Amino acid sequence: MTTSSSTAVRIDGLVKAFDTTIAVDNVSLDIATGELFGFIGPDGAGKTTLFRILVTLLLPDAGHATVLGRDVTTEIWDLRRRVGYMPGRFSLYPDLSVEENLRFFASVFGASVEAQYDLIAPIYDQLAPFKDRRAGALSGGMKQKLALCCALVHRPEILFLDEPTTGVDAVSRREFWELLDRLKASGLTIVVSTPYMDEADRCGRVALMQRGRLLGVDAPARIAASFGRPLFTVSAGERYPLLLATREYRNAATVFPFGDVLHFTDRRDQLRPEQIASELREYLRERGFGDVVITAAAPTIEDTFMARMGEPERAA
Amino acid sequence: MTASPNEAVEARELTRRFGSFTAVDHITFDVHVGEVFGFLGANGAGKTTAIRILTGLLSPTSGTARVAGHDVYTESEWIKRRIGYMSQKFSLYEDLTVAENIRLYGGIYDLSRDTIRERMASMLERLGLAHAARTQVRALPLGWRQKLAFSVALLHEPSIVFLDEPTSGVDPITRRQFWELIYESAARGTTVFVTTHYMDEAEYCDRISIMVAGRIEALGTPAELKQQFGVATIDELFVRLARPTAGAAG
Repeated sequence: MTTSSSTAVRIDGLVKAFDTTIAVDNVSLDIATGELFGFIGPDGAGKTTLFRILVTLLLPDAGHATVLGRDVTTEIWDLRRRVGYMPGRFSLYPDLSVEENLRFFASVFGASVEAQYDLIAPIYDQLAPFKDRRAGALSGGMKQKLALCCALVHRPEILFLDEPTTGVDAVSRREFWELLDRLKASGLTIVVSTPYMDEADRCGRVALMQRGRLLGVDAPARIAASFGRPLFTVSAGERYPLLLATREYRNAATVFPFGDVLHFTDRRDQLRPEQIASELREYLRERGFGDVVITAAAPTIEDTFMARMGEPERAA
Repeated sequence: MTASPNEAVEARELTRRFGSFTAVDHITFDVHVGEVFGFLGANGAGKTTAIRILTGLLSPTSGTARVAGHDVYTESEWIKRRIGYMSQKFSLYEDLTVAENIRLYGGIYDLSRDTIRERMASMLERLGLAHAARTQVRALPLGWRQKLAFSVALLHEPSIVFLDEPTSGVDPITRRQFWELIYESAARGTTVFVTTHYMDEAEYCDRISIMVAGRIEALGTPAELKQQFGVATIDELFVRLARPTAGAAG
């Protein structure tokens, strides 16, 4: 298979099913060399299955994929040396120390920590004070940094990180993305998945994924802008009653809590935004929300995701 | 022992040490009856230890705490049986059906067969899950499993329920539906004590606390805290408070 040198990952019609569940449902996309590319979606979207296929741990039922120009089903051994993979579940040895884990993973690939130190230094320097601590006794954020070091220690050409920030607190998540920015600047291609919609903005391009399917692939700002209808924030002192009352408004299309405000869209897209806002304001004042504040808002990735995902999955 | 406490949780100078490490360091706070209380903190800040104390699983080293009026030192058995608890990691048995899970937990909580039958019917009706009573839990989508787990945690009608990262990995619409279940039960008078890594969810709480290195560094309504610290969002406040020690603790 020929692939242009600027394409790091080519996915064409990939399908994988487990029993009756179609985990990856006809997915096609390309990722360019040097991109920081994100798969954004909740648990069960198919992100992990897709990653496992791309790092040669799972065979697809149909379709093709190449990574670094190599077929993921036939050029397995060549690929494994060139790919770094950090699985979603913490998979280091909890009884080995930080330093022992790193040396072990280096030795598996015939590399040495010293020879690769320039690559991992920005991360490992933060871990160095704990190098004798058992990996199992690290905090969540530190575990992720160690796992990242171990995935990098054989100097891969492309890095796959499956939900590196899940269950990690908001500050450690931010620091982890700063590390990825630095790695990207060194030219490494990085493919990452996350269930946190607010992390999409850290990627150059993202794929929104839900129940095995792609809901869209583009730059985060363009995905957010594609929302395509007037969006408003609505706020008042009594938030839960405000939510219930806004839902009962006859012209409401969608009403969702977003932090300390509601995001609202109107059924009548053709009306001027000012008119939509003033009619809603009037309605809510009549319902007793004298202090209501309504302002036009810029949609976020999460707004677009919810608009495209349709109804959440039904129970059984 | 007062049967109807004024506060759902009263913690005074609560402390827990492990060897030379102080995981929970003299924390003092109240959770009011019927409120949604967000218990935030970085990984390793001491949240899990504090929750284990408040749910009767771990004794404090010093200080006092009462949960629903009962003492965590001397009445931990009462607390374990009477509070509700739901964790992100484990709540329901996946190999059992929806109905079997409900009967199992009803039995654990000493409910009579009639009570279990009644509450199961009304719960499944309310959740729109009546048709799925004989479905194995593993076959339910994650969002539904979490909604069911929440309702099962309330089966014995506890006055307070502890939710540990209940929405982790759940899609954005289901996550919001889950919070409406939280609001509904708070509106019926149940106190909800919840942890989350989604900072937008912190804004949904009546009051929040932020733990840093074993201590409570901020406590109040989201609006009060944003004003007090001069920040636009709870996310900003969290980063400001937690960064000095982020990730360092074990």
